Amino acid sequence: MNKPNTTRRKIIAGAAAAAAVSPFSFNIARAQGAPIRIGFPVPLTGPYGVEAQDQVRCAELAIKEFNDAGGLKGRKAELLVRDDKLNPGEAATRTLELIEKDKVNYIVGSLSAAVQLSINNVTKERKVLFNSISQSDAINELKDWSLYTFHEALNPHITASAVGRYVFPKYGKRVVFLTADYAYGHEMVRGFQRAGKAFNIETLADIRHPIGASDYSAFLPRIQSLKPDVLVMCNFGRDMLNATKQATDFGLKSTTRIVTPVLLFTARMAGGADVFDGVVGGTSYYWGMESTTPAAKVFNDKYRKAYNGGVPSDYGALGYSGVRTVLQSVKNAGTTETDKVIAAMRDLKYDYFKGPQYYRNCDHQSVQSVLIIESKSKGMKDKNDVFNIVGIDKPDEKNLRSCQELGFRG
Amino acid sequence: MIDLNLFLLQVVTGIALGSVYVLLAIGLSLIFGMLTVVNFAHGAYFMVGAYAGVWVLGQTGNFWLAIAAAPLIVGAIGLLTERVLVRPLYGRGIDYPLLLTFGLSYVFIDLIRMIFGIDGLSIGTPAALRGAVDIGVGHFPLYRLFLIGATAAIVFALWLFIEKTKYGLIIRAGARDAEIVRVLGIDVSRVWLIIFGLGTAIAGVSGILAAPIRAVNPEMGIPVLAESFVVTVVGGMGSLPGAVVAGLLVGMVYSITSLYFPDLAELSIFVLMALVLMFRPQGFFGRTGLMS
Repeated sequence: MNKPNTTRRKIIAGAAAAAAVSPFSFNIARAQGAPIRIGFPVPLTGPYGVEAQDQVRCAELAIKEFNDAGGLKGRKAELLVRDDKLNPGEAATRTLELIEKDKVNYIVGSLSAAVQLSINNVTKERKVLFNSISQSDAINELKDWSLYTFHEALNPHITASAVGRYVFPKYGKRVVFLTADYAYGHEMVRGFQRAGKAFNIETLADIRHPIGASDYSAFLPRIQSLKPDVLVMCNFGRDMLNATKQATDFGLKSTTRIVTPVLLFTARMAGGADVFDGVVGGTSYYWGMESTTPAAKVFNDKYRKAYNGGVPSDYGALGYSGVRTVLQSVKNAGTTETDKVIAAMRDLKYDYFKGPQYYRNCDHQSVQSVLIIESKSKGMKDKNDVFNIVGIDKPDEKNLRSCQELGFRG
Repeated sequence: MIDLNLFLLQVVTGIALGSVYVLLAIGLSLIFGMLTVVNFAHGAYFMVGAYAGVWVLGQTGNFWLAIAAAPLIVGAIGLLTERVLVRPLYGRGIDYPLLLTFGLSYVFIDLIRMIFGIDGLSIGTPAALRGAVDIGVGHFPLYRLFLIGATAAIVFALWLFIEKTKYGLIIRAGARDAEIVRVLGIDVSRVWLIIFGLGTAIAGVSGILAAPIRAVNPEMGIPVLAESFVVTVVGGMGSLPGAVVAGLLVGMVYSITSLYFPDLAELSIFVLMALVLMFRPQGFFGRTGLMS
């Protein structure tokens, strides 16, 4: 019977202590300069929640690293994570709030082609630096781009063409697309079709499904009867997992190679070895590249140490590099002033986790490698050993759409 | 253009899809028909059933045990819900239990997130039911055939219970006129308790049955709730034969639309509902006046 009382007393005492301390701590913080704040809107809930959670874990690593190294002359960085619920409207509201109310210096984040464009609209207008860590083609194009817009992730054009160049000569030219009906899916299909021109691929069908659908069985008999060489799943997260699972149940793999532009580590972990066996796809990062890439080993070890021996996921790693490039540019510029940080970021050459990278100056797209991976079900060393790296596209501006094509002059 | 085999295979796919709808709609209709409670937590019970089943599977390694345990666990939660939360709201109008169950669904979702995390669980198809079999018109997943069979068995068992047992007689009488049944000296509140438990138990078993096909995650009940309401509206709120017929019809409409106009598949079932509401507002087998 004593319990409620104790709790109440504790709360009162705690509140009093907080009230007493806060004005002081505020003053101290002001004396050293306010913390460098990075707003981080990602879809913590919903179909991409698992990936978003890992983005947060990795972003926190970059923040901690910066602070442990002394910050910017003692000024520490902090991450303000917000749930954008995979909804463009929600993301715009949260971003505006981060800028207006929380006074963030920069925005890093988003995990959807559509959501990042909506965040970009807000940051563009408010002249706040935004580093996007999810795939989009539109964000590179002049009409959506601004000086404040950076794109850390791969984009559908780069990814699809790398995967297409690997898959079409090897597995065949008769192709069916199963596509999530939004910007990401459409851009991926376009990328594959463009890459496929060189190989004379034949698109038998492009079947669109709503984002977040739970049952794909109704599309599968038709795909089965078309007997394509390659089925490209242009969807993401849980959608990709469910579609692959159900396609496997329908026995599609006996006639058709399942390909996905982005073969997610998280989806493979959730779906298991049998579901993904033999599925080929692209990725921006796979932890297994540490055997050949020193930076990957360093990054993985940091993650293992911080998170109980786990390994970072592909999109998670983008959370790390997305935040770290901004903070490194702050350090290089020696100030938090947006214009100077942008200039430093445009000059940045970095190798944080997957080999050398830099931002192309016309559109601020990070020029980087693409890995082609195949999911395996045999000969795995431990539970995280799930993919074989079957190809690496080296970073090369030739694989990007040209600046002119995007609408830039030079 | 599209050959007969493909069309027939699409029909079978539709029946398998419809099976899940049938099970969900039966539970929903049972509860609404007897208690006039619009159970917005039905999708959450479905989700809890999937989690309970997967958990039992993880503990025992036996899928059949999981199928048996899921409805028992969810049914018990249902009994508790009715007794503690829903019962005080009887006689206060239809929106009270509706709002209660709506809130309850969020509580269930967040509880599951707290216990199992937001990642969702993975459950493979049980070994005995893996792979696709040739059903004459093409290859079809064995598990989905099992799903159709299991649904038929559950519906048949429920029919036997309601039509052929003494308890079923009381239930049917209670649905017609609760007042008279009470006058006859039967404890109606106990009947209602059991109905709620039974309805939620069926939601639970459909959760574990659907788990090997769909991903198991805390939000899995949200889309199915909307779909099962479409089914109950089409079939007639509170009608069990309506739930069966409409469930299969909705599955079929979705499946056939997917074949010809995949973009419109999602929309098609809502168009079906709109048409039914325009020409037969009470649904195929519905009685008028239940909502008032």
